[in-house]
Amino acid sequence: MSDMNATPSAALAGNQDVEFWMKEDHHPANGTLLGFWIYLMSDCLIFACLFATYGVLGRSYAGGPTGAELFDLPLVAINTTLLLLSSITYGFAVLEMQKDRRGTMMAWLVITGLFGLGFLGIELHEFSELIGQGAGPQRSAFLSSFFTLVGTHGLHVTFGIVWLVTLLFQVGRFGLTPANKRRILCLSMFWHFLDVVWIGVFTFVYLMGALP
Amino acid sequence: MNMPDAEKLIFGRLTLEAIPYHEPILLATFAGVAIIGAVLLGLITKYKLWGYLWREWFTSIDHKKIGIMYMVFGVVMLLRGFADALMMRAQQAMAFNGNPGFLPPHHYDQIFTAHGVIMIFFVAMPLVTGLMNFIMPLQIGARDVAFPFLNNFSFWMTVAGGVLVMASLFVGEFARTGWLAYPPLAGLEASPDVGVDYYIWSLQVAGVGTTLSGINLIATIVKMRAPGMTMMKMPIFTWTSLCTNVLIVAAFPVLTAVLVLLSLDRYVGTNFFTNGMGGNPMMYVNLIWIWGHPEVYILVLPVFGVFSEVVSTFSRKRLFGYASMVYATVVITVLSYLVWLHHFFTMGSGASVNSFFGITTMIISIPTGAKMFNWLFTMYRGRIQFEVPMLWTMGFMFTFVIGGMTGVMLAIPPADFLLHNSLFLVAHFHNVIIGGVIFGLFAGINYWFPKAFGYKLDPFWGKCSFWFWLVGFWFAFMPLYILGFMGVTRRMNHFEDPSLQIWFQIAAFGAVLIALGIGSFLVQLWVSYKRREELRDVTGDPWHGRTLEWSTSSPPPAYNFAFTPIIHEADAWWDMKERNQRRRTEGYLPIHMPKNTSAGIYLAAFAFVVGFAMIWHMFLIAGLAFLGLLVTAIGHTFNYKRDFHIPADEVARTETARTEALAAHV
Repeated sequence: MSDMNATPSAALAGNQDVEFWMKEDHHPANGTLLGFWIYLMSDCLIFACLFATYGVLGRSYAGGPTGAELFDLPLVAINTTLLLLSSITYGFAVLEMQKDRRGTMMAWLVITGLFGLGFLGIELHEFSELIGQGAGPQRSAFLSSFFTLVGTHGLHVTFGIVWLVTLLFQVGRFGLTPANKRRILCLSMFWHFLDVVWIGVFTFVYLMGALP
Repeated sequence: MNMPDAEKLIFGRLTLEAIPYHEPILLATFAGVAIIGAVLLGLITKYKLWGYLWREWFTSIDHKKIGIMYMVFGVVMLLRGFADALMMRAQQAMAFNGNPGFLPPHHYDQIFTAHGVIMIFFVAMPLVTGLMNFIMPLQIGARDVAFPFLNNFSFWMTVAGGVLVMASLFVGEFARTGWLAYPPLAGLEASPDVGVDYYIWSLQVAGVGTTLSGINLIATIVKMRAPGMTMMKMPIFTWTSLCTNVLIVAAFPVLTAVLVLLSLDRYVGTNFFTNGMGGNPMMYVNLIWIWGHPEVYILVLPVFGVFSEVVSTFSRKRLFGYASMVYATVVITVLSYLVWLHHFFTMGSGASVNSFFGITTMIISIPTGAKMFNWLFTMYRGRIQFEVPMLWTMGFMFTFVIGGMTGVMLAIPPADFLLHNSLFLVAHFHNVIIGGVIFGLFAGINYWFPKAFGYKLDPFWGKCSFWFWLVGFWFAFMPLYILGFMGVTRRMNHFEDPSLQIWFQIAAFGAVLIALGIGSFLVQLWVSYKRREELRDVTGDPWHGRTLEWSTSSPPPAYNFAFTPIIHEADAWWDMKERNQRRRTEGYLPIHMPKNTSAGIYLAAFAFVVGFAMIWHMFLIAGLAFLGLLVTAIGHTFNYKRDFHIPADEVARTETARTEALAAHV
């Protein structure tokens, strides 16, 4: 929007000094960040459905193991720490980006990616342990919804890392151009969003699920 | 690795048995489609149109061309969906007194499923999206949508989903579950074949396109309105587009999620919706209707916008109650999330829950009724012109009100216990979808066709189409209301009680009338093309319109507006005409535009392969295609040069040609 709206109520016919066509070029504001934000909200709804499903099915053990028996809370605490730290390091990367320091920005991004990889590694380890104990996603509705919710989050982190690597190449090759800065900010929103979702997972799935 | 293993690795469970060569109806259909397809491809090759189609249409990121492609796709799919309808009507009209009809249950069940899926996802959705794509940016004075590439990609994803549904006709089979594929019927135990997988993957692929298109159009309306166009000065069609796209973004992820869960049940063996191991099929029913109910408002809100534009244009009056129209739209948007449970009052939620959802459902009729009165009061003391779009609008007002009232009847839980899953319900939703959405789309097509192509549609055939549809609708669906009252349930393949037959025969007669209506529409397109010089509109404003799309030429240039308009009033173009605005004819500037790209079509092709391969358990190919999708998507992000400038002298040439045409016309 701009401040061009002259005399909105000038209902006089033949009013000559009202402009109807812009003389100069009109540049609407870039919608990328808004669009990406709306996408995140749609993604958030996918997680909402998975949370709701877990809420409904999370105690349907079908005679199988319960969360209290399965969850290894210290391991999950480490995992949570890794993801929260990765959010902080991403924040540092954005600060560096705003100061146009490409090298340190990329270094922080690499550290963020490594934290993400660590998170994924622990999650995969946890999954393989569970499946090894016969507590795979087929065992009960509780485990189906657990694996799907946590796994969907993990899949998002995986895509985040693929995107992060792509961005590293692009920033390395084309520099901190406006387009690349916009992309860094989009990934930043994505990354923090996953962090927020994880806090929900940690609380509702692990902490509350560990209750008897 | 021995041969069968290698074969299984590549072809999964796809064998030659999947081709239904033992079913004469399908074989004849396949032959017909193959011949028409071959002729079409031959003609395109003969007239050397491939390059033109590829450069000017398939890879185009122009919102107008994408909008037109959506419309063409929707009309083509309408023919398929309607062929299903005719077959069902014929089957039910004859399958009495021990006559099994011509469709065995196995085939009949696929047809009613495919009919519902195609009509909602691949007819109504593309037509509505196409209209929004074409009209909305013009109405807000923009040069394109916020994300032009995404727009092209969304379109091709919708097409890829449609092609998957069509493929199920000739390779394998479609779901036999009804259009929402409730488990446990849609689960692995009851439906082990590929039908439900076709259903899942076609909707997932198309759903990605729909969601992205929703995001795109919201960002467009929020960010790209011309200077001076505050929210309360937006045309009503733009308002309804905004609300519809908000609904899309807030509803389609739920569909995605619930179909993922159903896929996991079918592919991985999880227990979300199974009968044993703690699964809960009601969870599916709830989730799918949390998407499904907003979906009907996604379809109907844009056409409410169409009717608002048409009524005020052809009554020569400003729309009555603009603000109340906006608020009614927003209220419907919000309420549409609070009613989903009325689709399954009978499934044991209890009296309190049923009352809540019954009441919220009835409340929705209030803003909808307010809209109806706004249209009536707009017509009141207006100079009404009975052009074809106005006929459709009035046909809508008569028909839709009946559908709305039967909806309120169904919203009363005790009544619903009698009417649930009966033909009364089928009559009700066809009453609102045909009487609302389809009539609105035809009104919109007849209204905006001259904007898209530069000539009006032939009114005689338009009127034929309208009257056949209107009368055909009443013949086809009033008998179903009556049958529903008698307790006849839906989705029946044959009947025992011969006294019911006459009603089905009347309904079949109605379907034939509707077929004539569709035929008249196709003739209308052809005749109008033939008579295009007589029907030509040079002014760009054939109806004496009120909104900005009528201020530019027909068809509009690629850049829509040589100069961005400045808005002072709600009916911006009417205001300009009232105040004798002068078209600017000098001082042209180069115009910044996005470049065409073929990435969208490649991505959608990969998505199609992923879907098809997953359906047939060809996991190797599915994995490779997914990798291809990912690499193409990443590769596309390395393309930074996505725009160019139309030079000022080219703009000047185009606009001068229009100036001369306008001068010659007057």
